[in-house]
Amino acid sequence: MGNRAIAEIQFADYIYPAFDQIVNEAAKFRYRSGNQFNCGGLTIRAPYGAVGHGGHYHSQSPEAFFCHVPGIKVVIPRSPRQAKGLLLSCIRDPNPVVFFEPKWLYRLAVEEVPEHDYMLPLSEAEVIRQGSDITLVGWGAQLSVMEQACNEAEKDGISCELIDLKTLLPWDKETVEASVRKTGRVLISHEAPVTGGFGAEISASIVERCFLRLEAPVARVCGLDTPFPLVFEPFYMPTKNKILDAIKATVNY
Amino acid sequence: MASWGRRSSGMVHHIKALSKVELRGKAGAMKGGWWRYPVQPGVASALVPRSWPCVNTMASLFLVQRFKSSLPQKQVEDDDGDQDLDFPGGKVAYTSEMKFISGSYDKRIPCYRVLGDDGELIKDGSDFEKVNKELAVKMYSDMVCLQIMDTFMYEAQRQGRISFYMTSFGEEAATISSAAALTKDDIILPQYREPGALLWRGFTLQEFVNQCFGNKDDGGKGRQMPVHYGSSKHNFVTVSSPIATQLPQAAGMAYSLKMDKKDACVVAFIGDGGTSEGDFHAGLNFAAVMEAPVIFVCRNNGWAISTPTSDQFRSDGVVVKGQAYGIPSIRVDGTDALAVYRAIRAARSMAINEQRPVLVESLAYRVGHHSTSDDSTKYRSLNEIEHWKTDRDPVNKFRKWVELNGWWSERDEADLRSSIKKQLLKAIQVAEGTEKPPLTELFTDVYDLPPSNLVEQEKLLRQTVNKYPHDFPSDVSLH
Repeated sequence: MGNRAIAEIQFADYIYPAFDQIVNEAAKFRYRSGNQFNCGGLTIRAPYGAVGHGGHYHSQSPEAFFCHVPGIKVVIPRSPRQAKGLLLSCIRDPNPVVFFEPKWLYRLAVEEVPEHDYMLPLSEAEVIRQGSDITLVGWGAQLSVMEQACNEAEKDGISCELIDLKTLLPWDKETVEASVRKTGRVLISHEAPVTGGFGAEISASIVERCFLRLEAPVARVCGLDTPFPLVFEPFYMPTKNKILDAIKATVNY
Repeated sequence: MASWGRRSSGMVHHIKALSKVELRGKAGAMKGGWWRYPVQPGVASALVPRSWPCVNTMASLFLVQRFKSSLPQKQVEDDDGDQDLDFPGGKVAYTSEMKFISGSYDKRIPCYRVLGDDGELIKDGSDFEKVNKELAVKMYSDMVCLQIMDTFMYEAQRQGRISFYMTSFGEEAATISSAAALTKDDIILPQYREPGALLWRGFTLQEFVNQCFGNKDDGGKGRQMPVHYGSSKHNFVTVSSPIATQLPQAAGMAYSLKMDKKDACVVAFIGDGGTSEGDFHAGLNFAAVMEAPVIFVCRNNGWAISTPTSDQFRSDGVVVKGQAYGIPSIRVDGTDALAVYRAIRAARSMAINEQRPVLVESLAYRVGHHSTSDDSTKYRSLNEIEHWKTDRDPVNKFRKWVELNGWWSERDEADLRSSIKKQLLKAIQVAEGTEKPPLTELFTDVYDLPPSNLVEQEKLLRQTVNKYPHDFPSDVSLH
């Protein structure tokens, strides 16, 4: 229609009534019409992830459901500066995009954000910490937890490379692969439950491409396979120490 | 609903078998390329294409039955088809006048009430079902109890003792009177602002507070946010945050009651905002078509968080939506305990005796904020809130009526309030000092029995907890 629509879902936990429209309609609009029609002007924003007291329905990370849908893009910023640049790219991208914002960072994150217009590229992962012993891959709020684990690991002489995937669909395999070719080890961490989480896609892909280079199995430190619990949240979460233990196990494999 | 459960290969075998069974009885007069067979003698017959190879056999009737919805409700036997349209779903008269049904309304559906703002009966006399002293005093006491519990628990959240809370201010009569009009066998499916109904049924203050603190005595095992109460003992299905999801479930549960011929109904609550959800349509339409005994109670409190009803619909509120589904509906003053009581009594009787859904729109302003995560002064005026809080308080109104009957005194009032406060403070103290549920409850109830991946995850987690105890809260026992 020539206009852009930016929809907001107040919590990602409530996005499911729109699932049919996103999967069956938005994702297939261009393809099914032979490119006569498209809904590239659509961007959907939704706060996602743990907030400390959100329970089942204010804490979910549903990115994996959407990463399984050719035709849409899935983008997750890790900080305020990233959020602005990525969101502007999403809005201007000629494809429908689902933009998950880590609600944990809403009141917490403080950063210098340029006032001018700027865009950050989609489908380009960023190496936010250089290292040589193991590659860590994550997105959103989880990156700061992973960074803390990297700092601790460094004290034990382990050099960690940390990658912010930023766009989960279509994801930047080249950057991750290049890093794994360097380190020979990879660990993925996300809040969403481990089974069927997006870490599984990254793991399978890296094994396909880097099998002979790998020195250890691909590690995943993720949420448990349960609904997101309230009182048990600290036990459910992929904590710094869980990640640290997995880094050491992978390096010492 | 034509929901045949057979798989398609089974279907083919079934049709083949039927095609071996010859039809008895005479074929009716041929019309063009059709045979007419009596399907229900005297009521409906089936037109079967003469060209079908199986036309003389049961198979043809089976195939026609599959498309039963395309049959007219009543066969028009003669050719008097000029003034009426014979159409799937029933006969409808033709008209030569092109007229649109108006989208707007001159007169709104009036709101049923029994009590005036001063607590006096509007209409003298026994026009309504009698509420005796015992019932009235319990209704009133529970309304006061709910108000005080809400006040204390809201404050507890502000003090950081619980993580979240939602109050029912302004809607005490709507939920408590509704519950009072039901029996304990009627199943309640709440949205999330109906603890009044649960209180009526006997959920104790300690049980409410335990859930809010998520301790080991919480029936929900500490898994959900506060106010997500549930009690199978009280036929109050556990609250979930998503809006309107309970409505299609209500239709199904009511259908189950219908199948089992139970003397009970389902009562599903929804807010004004919830009527904009797809599940509202699905729930009401299914209930109507399945002729299921469910009362849909819409608590129209004027606000869906910060969305006023003026941004929610263009219809005359919610009550008029019922007719679109073939559901009898009523609009009632939700601040009037007696009006709500009577309306729900009548609705229940209709739902069960006639085996059909009923819609009740209750109008009662949401005096409190949406939740402790909301500051409603940001989107509505203090005057508006104050007006409904003081001048239109349902608890005050009902007290006046109860007092007028000589059933309540100032002494009773003082005793009740002090007793509730004491119980509540004690309950909070006990709940706060009670351990959280043990760690094993993180892994139970995902399924009926934990699958192998969860058994493994629990093992690994316990190793982690033993290694890093300071990462984890100390009030969750590891047993």
